[in-house]
Formats: sequence, C-alpha cells, structure tokens
Amino acid sequence: MIKFKNVSKRYGEVAALDKASFKISSGEFLFITGPSGSGKTTIIRLILREIFPSSGKIEVDGIDLSQLPTKKVPDLRRKIGVVFQDFKLLPDQTVFENVALALKVLGKDEAEIEKEVGNVLKLVDLADRADFFPAQLAGGELQRTCLARAVVSKPKIVLADEPTGNLDIASGWQITKLLKEINKLGKTVVIATHNFEIVDSLKARVIELDKGKVISDKEKGKYKVK
Amino acid sequence: MKNHFKTTWTHIRRSPYQAAAAVTIMVLTFFIASIFILIAAGSQQILHYFETRPQVTAFFKDETTMDQVENLQAKLVASGKVESTKYVSKEEALSIYREQNKDDPLLLEMVTANILPASLEVSAKDISHLGGVAEILRGEPEVEEVIFQEEVVEALRSWTSNIRKIGGGLVIFLGLVSFLIILVIIGMRVAARRKEIKILQLIGATSWYIRTPFVFEGIFYGAVGAFLAWGATYLLLLYATPLLVSFLAGIPLLPVPILFMLGLLGGEILVGVLIGTIGSLIAVKRYLR
Repeated sequence: MIKFKNVSKRYGEVAALDKASFKISSGEFLFITGPSGSGKTTIIRLILREIFPSSGKIEVDGIDLSQLPTKKVPDLRRKIGVVFQDFKLLPDQTVFENVALALKVLGKDEAEIEKEVGNVLKLVDLADRADFFPAQLAGGELQRTCLARAVVSKPKIVLADEPTGNLDIASGWQITKLLKEINKLGKTVVIATHNFEIVDSLKARVIELDKGKVISDKEKGKYKVK
Repeated sequence: MKNHFKTTWTHIRRSPYQAAAAVTIMVLTFFIASIFILIAAGSQQILHYFETRPQVTAFFKDETTMDQVENLQAKLVASGKVESTKYVSKEEALSIYREQNKDDPLLLEMVTANILPASLEVSAKDISHLGGVAEILRGEPEVEEVIFQEEVVEALRSWTSNIRKIGGGLVIFLGLVSFLIILVIIGMRVAARRKEIKILQLIGATSWYIRTPFVFEGIFYGAVGAFLAWGATYLLLLYATPLLVSFLAGIPLLPVPILFMLGLLGGEILVGVLIGTIGSLIAVKRYLR
C-alpha cells in the first residue's frame, strides 16, 4: 500500500528524513514514533505529496509519487484521510459542514452527504454536536470532528499526525480506539505520535525514527525513545 | 454547482465593502461605455441621414416671381446633377415652422408667412454633386442664400470619428482599471482564505473546485456592474428623449429601438463576464501558486 525506498528529505544542511525504507501493507495498523523533529510529520507530508523527497522513491497504492502529475494529486489525496494535530477545521462552518466538506469536494449529492455525515458523526459520538461551531467544542470533540472528516469519504488509508498531541489522556484514548475501529473496517491506519503510553499498550507495529533515520521497525513494538 | 453559488454568495456577503467597490467601478466603466456607444451610434445615424439626403436649399428674395422659380428649376434639371426639386412657398414654410414648434407657443407668436422666405429644396443625384448645384444656385440673382449639407456631413464625420476615438480610449482605460480592481479584490479574497484553501487541497479538492467560487465572484461583479450601468443609461435616455427629439427635429433617431438597447445589454454583460472571469482566473492563479 505504501512503500518508502531510501527516501531522504533535506532542508539545506538539515536532514528531516535520511534514507528511510519501509513498506506498509493494506489493512495494517501501525505507529510511527520518535521525538519532535525525528521526521514523523515529514513522512506524512511526503505521502500526501505536500513535499517532494530530495532522493529515493515513494509509492502509494501502486502510484510512484515522483511520476504523479500535479493535476492528479487530488486523486491521490482522496484515497487518504488525514487527522491533523491542529485539527484544521474551518471556524465558520459547523461540525456537519466541516465533515461534509470531504464529500462535497468529491461532488456527492446532498442526500448522500446528509446520510454519510450522519453515520460518521454517530460513529465518533458527535451526532448531538452536528450544528456546533468549532469554537463551541472541547479538544477531544474537535479531534473527533477531524477524524470524522478524514474517514467520511471512505479512504483506503488514514494518516493521523500526532492525533493525541493536543488532548487530555481520556480524549487521546478515545481517538486511538476510534482509529483502531476504523482499521477493523479494513483501512490502513498510520499514526505518527510520541505518546508512548498509547504505543506501548496497543502492541501494534512500530516504526521508530530518530534524527530522520529509521532506527527500528518491529511488529508489536514499543516506544523506546522517551 | 449549487455549493459553488452558495460559497460565492457567502464570500460576497462577508466583505460587502469590497464587493461594493468592485461593482461600483464596473458600473462606472459600463455607464461611460454605454453613453459613448449611444452617442457614437446616434451620430452615425445622423451622418447616415444626411448622407442619404443630398439636398441643397436655396432661399429666394421676397420679390421673386413663380416664372423665375420655374426657369431655375428647368435649368437645374438640365444640368443633369439634380434628381428632383421642390418649391416651398412662404405659406408652406410657415406651416412647417408651426408643425416643428407646435409645443412651444412662444416661438409661434409674431411669426407670419411674410417673415419666412420661399425656398427651393433641390435633391442632388449624389452627395458629390452638391457643390456644383450650390454654385448654379448662388449664380442666380433671385437667390438670397444657399445652404447645403456637404459641410454638415464633413463636420459630422469628423465629430463621429473623434467621439469614437475618445470614447474608445476612455472605455479601454476604464476597462483596464476594472480588470485590475477585480484582480486585486479577488486576490485579497484568496489571500484571506489561504488557510481554508490549504485544507481543501489536503482533503483532495481539485484546483477547479477551489477556483470556481472566486471565478463566479468575478463574473458576478462584471455582470451586475454591466446590468446596473445599462439600467442607469436607459433611464437617463428615456428621461432625455423628449428633449432630444425636439433638438433633433426631423431626424428619425429617437426613441432608441428596444432591440438596440437589448443588444447593448447583452454585449455589456458579455464583456463584464469576460473581465470578471479573466481577472479572477489570473488572481487565483497568481495567489494559489
């Protein structure tokens, strides 16, 4: 599903990612861990083709990203749902409208949007907050809204960039459990995090980074760098 | 499409002053364009009126007899340059005068048939013969004054050409200003919504999905500006028509046909839409880099 082969990303003299190689299979649930600045977000941005690698090759769902024309980038991103640490919700739109946005860009009709958004808001336990604006929500609710937007269009891959970073422990667990449930629906779920409690307790595959290098890649791994 | 219209309307509603500035500059441009188009079309029509009526009018001295008039008519026909002649007696001149000024009793007072001269209206076969015919008439002792339209036509030609040049230049200049205003306003809109655009890009929105509401906004400014300017021009024209009709006595120019005005509306909306579309497309392309 996702392949990184000797991928490096440099900003001048600084290596954000250094010859990283790994494969993520379809339907996998894994963590990418490491301290701040270790390259976790760089991997997410490379998968989304927000940035280009300085060297190496990236494949997502069989597509070589270096060969992907700019006008085809939206097609790639429609296969990927993203949960952002800073939520990236539109402040002037309600929870329903923010989630519906992911379906509107696909050109879905009103009836389908109504149905799908209703279902996903029930899944993330936000049905009673549909008409609330982001400013009226707590941190956990904001992140669940972001998660709902990421999965409403039924993407093959869900990327979560520090999804628990701005949340209290209980809300962080709630989000992680939801991501695990989404994985059970057959989605590939990749979580970039430095929340060692969650990583250690879930016993999933862990790709660990330090200073841009992959220092370990283990099934049922743990988070060593603390 | 419905979504895009909704987003466009939201953009406009949230910054009404920017929207008002864009529409106002469009109205100004199209108002001036409409005025110049109407003046240019009108003067072209007047020119055509005079060109298709190659006439010379000779006014007779009061003591001129009908024999002298008939001799002159025969002489003119013999010259081969004349299509027809028509004698207008003092009494006929008075009734024409009364008809032209029937709404202005002040002008009718004190005017009798004796004050007005009898005249001979001579239609030349071609406008180029007007000078020759005028020369023949000026050589006759019973003729007091000769007027013919060659000078009028020349003056009109020069006026029409100048109106076209000045009006065209002014409209191009204002069109350019409108275009730049659209560019700046849409650019500001895009810059203000940069965060929203980034989110849309990350969730897989195509460039066209992002661009469309901004392009619709440009089209809205162009079309609404053109329509309001056309409406204002038409109202002004309807208000001024009675005054212009008496000023252009005898020249069948007014009222302006509704089809002409509808054509003008269609043309202006088309140009407005073009300015709005191109301006907003360039702005979005420039700011979305």
